[in-house]
Amino acid sequence: MKSYFSSIFGRSPVSPLQQHMAKVLACAEALLPLFKAVSEGDYNAVATAQQRVSDIEREADALKKELRDKLPHSMFMPFDRADFLELLRAQDRIANKSKDIAGLVLGRKMQLPEPLVDPFMDYLNRAIDASRQAKNTVDQLDELVETGFRGAEVEVVQEMLDKLDAIEHDTDRMQVQLRSLLQKLEPRIPPVDVMFLYQLIERVRSLADRAQQTGSRLQILMAR
Amino acid sequence: MEYGVVYLVLAAAFGLFMAWGIGANDVANAMAPSVGSKVLTIRQAVVVAAIFEFAGAVLAGGEVTATIRSGIVETGALEDSPELLVFGMLAALASAGTWLLIASKRGWPASTTHSIIGALVGFAIAAVGWSAVQWGVVGTVVASWVVSPVLAGIASFVLFRSVQYLVLDNPDPLRAARLWVPIYIGLTAFVIASVTMVKGLSHLGLELTEAESYGYALAFAAGMWLVGKGLVARISIDPSADRDFHFASVERVFGVLMVVVACAMAFAHGSNDVANAIGPVAAVVSVVTSGGDVGAQAELPLWILLLGGGGIVAGLFMLGHHVIATVGSNITQLTPSRGFACGLATAGTVVFASGFGLPISTTQTLVGAVLGIGLARGIAALNLRVVGGVFMSWLVTLPAGGILAIFFFYLLLLAFGG
Repeated sequence: MKSYFSSIFGRSPVSPLQQHMAKVLACAEALLPLFKAVSEGDYNAVATAQQRVSDIEREADALKKELRDKLPHSMFMPFDRADFLELLRAQDRIANKSKDIAGLVLGRKMQLPEPLVDPFMDYLNRAIDASRQAKNTVDQLDELVETGFRGAEVEVVQEMLDKLDAIEHDTDRMQVQLRSLLQKLEPRIPPVDVMFLYQLIERVRSLADRAQQTGSRLQILMAR
Repeated sequence: MEYGVVYLVLAAAFGLFMAWGIGANDVANAMAPSVGSKVLTIRQAVVVAAIFEFAGAVLAGGEVTATIRSGIVETGALEDSPELLVFGMLAALASAGTWLLIASKRGWPASTTHSIIGALVGFAIAAVGWSAVQWGVVGTVVASWVVSPVLAGIASFVLFRSVQYLVLDNPDPLRAARLWVPIYIGLTAFVIASVTMVKGLSHLGLELTEAESYGYALAFAAGMWLVGKGLVARISIDPSADRDFHFASVERVFGVLMVVVACAMAFAHGSNDVANAIGPVAAVVSVVTSGGDVGAQAELPLWILLLGGGGIVAGLFMLGHHVIATVGSNITQLTPSRGFACGLATAGTVVFASGFGLPISTTQTLVGAVLGIGLARGIAALNLRVVGGVFMSWLVTLPAGGILAIFFFYLLLLAFGG
């Protein structure tokens, strides 16, 4: 005997989305050992670290595809299906950018000039903080479903999104400082390397930006 | 009547089998939310269901039984050949039972209510003609199939919104839950008790005026409110579960409510669905004991209600626990705060329909209630294709029940040479 009543309930996409975000954050965080290896000049370790970033990115991609496949149009959810898929895409773009950064560093065997190491690591950490905060916010989605996207819980999430914006703003400010520091070092570094260092700074900035975009996507999904 | 005793035994056996099937299969939908949310163990759910299904059947099952027994078929047309009515009622039971067996084996959505109504209409048309169907009553019943899920959907939407407004959206949801859950318990008790008493317990020898009924219902509700307060105060909070999911303790408080609502669901289900099994039995018994008078309007004998209630309980104990476990494990999304809103909306609608003698589908009503929560953005994923299938199922079940009934009718005619 089979019950048709229970089959009206689809599988909740919320928990798979949160798992994807956890994977995405792991991917961004894998940049930390990579740059540590760069600052130590250990290019074997850089290659290993790059491989790890790339592996995690692939795992996140697989989660994304699996989730997309399990979301037919006939699924009725407390949010718009398109908004949900956009949020998923925004999350995935963080992993893509992490892989992109790791690839650039390994491909060009980039080096960080000594005066740049500490400020850069702070900057990178702050950019990853944005992803951490994005993950914390996405983790609230089951609470949002519980409350039906209303009341005190919405305010909690709103505050978390404000904090995410503040973190992103920090990286903006840090980028300006880092660029001016790099400008002072320009005469001592080969010009092509300088060019790529500017690019690296720009890409890390974009990493934070994508975390913020994930937050915006969540906000749109909430508002429906 | 020549084979009077044989007819009685056949009717009782068929009716018992139908009731058994209802207990084995249909009850699961009413009990699954409380098992799925781990508020009750399966053993507890079976015991709760047994007590309240039986109580619902015996206390409030009379009106719907009357509709099935004499409201669908125009018995006047069969005055000269009472055997035909007996065969028809037996055929209806056999047809509904067969169709439900096929449907549940295949996993098709089918409701006992739809198949028994389809069977009665089919038999009446085949035996006498279109004029032998009380189309006015059938029309009302069919309309109630459309209205009941809509009504339950609106009720559950409003109830869930109230839960959101009063508890979940509160900055301190746990405190709000401790305050409001006992009040919801009182509300549930009042709805079930008042409808049951106002629509009459006269067949048990209790004659109450409307004012008395509401008075007793109110007293009962107040008593349940106090019990609820006591139970809620004993719920301990679990900080580690709350860290993971902030509403874990709140849901535990709602779990108390869920138990009460599960009782109400079982009661409502018993009050409406028992008639599908014993309505035809009552018709056969009435014809046979009156010596062939198809218009006999004797009181429904209590033993028939007991037979139906007993059959449901037997099915529940033999197979029901298995089905409850299966359904329960698949509907974990229906957490106690939602299960309550769905359950009270469904139980209220079904008991109300029972009071007016309208045979409706409990499962469709429940699905309507679930959709109401979905519209309030309270459920993460609902499969609309399956929902559509559930609502469309009676379009197939009605003719299937009718055609099978005609088949069994002629088979009985052949066997007893009526």
